Amino acid sequence: MLIGKVVGDVVATQKTPSHVGRKILIVQPLQLDGSDRGEAVLALDSVDAGVGDRVLLVTEGFSAMTAVGRPNSPIDMAVIGIIDTVDLPEGAR
Amino acid sequence: MQLGRVIGNVVCTMKDARLIGQKLMVVQPIDKHGRGKGRSIVALDSVGAGVGETIYWCRGKEASFPFLPDEVPTEATIVGIVDEINLPVADRK
Repeated sequence: MLIGKVVGDVVATQKTPSHVGRKILIVQPLQLDGSDRGEAVLALDSVDAGVGDRVLLVTEGFSAMTAVGRPNSPIDMAVIGIIDTVDLPEGAR
Repeated sequence: MQLGRVIGNVVCTMKDARLIGQKLMVVQPIDKHGRGKGRSIVALDSVGAGVGETIYWCRGKEASFPFLPDEVPTEATIVGIVDEINLPVADRK
């Protein structure tokens, strides 16, 4: 799982039926120091996250499908939590 | 999932029998601002996307799920056509 920040969303009318009714969020994965970790990705939302939220992102199919509650559907990333805090010992960042 | 733009298609006469009737598209991954990022890939299409359209695509085993119950050998599939990318004003650059 990765820590990420929701930076936007995507509207798609024509899409695979199992994505209907779920928000498609643009999530920027982050390093522990808050800097960007690679490119932003698209993830289906399972926790009603919104722009600006720091979130927990799964980047593998089984966990993403399970979280969204749609097995056997083409979902490879999902937002599965909204992060309140990350506690790290001094120096871990 | 990732954002991309369809830039072409691929025609194969000799191919795995389970690919017959499937559209093979050349996809250029793009970032959230619509700029090309990284190397292009070949993806199957499950939503009727055409050249020039902004799409999002899914990778991994999940990429074959739009075609169930057929077990189509694909590792990347277009699963939605993007109408709109919404970014907060501060992030549009």
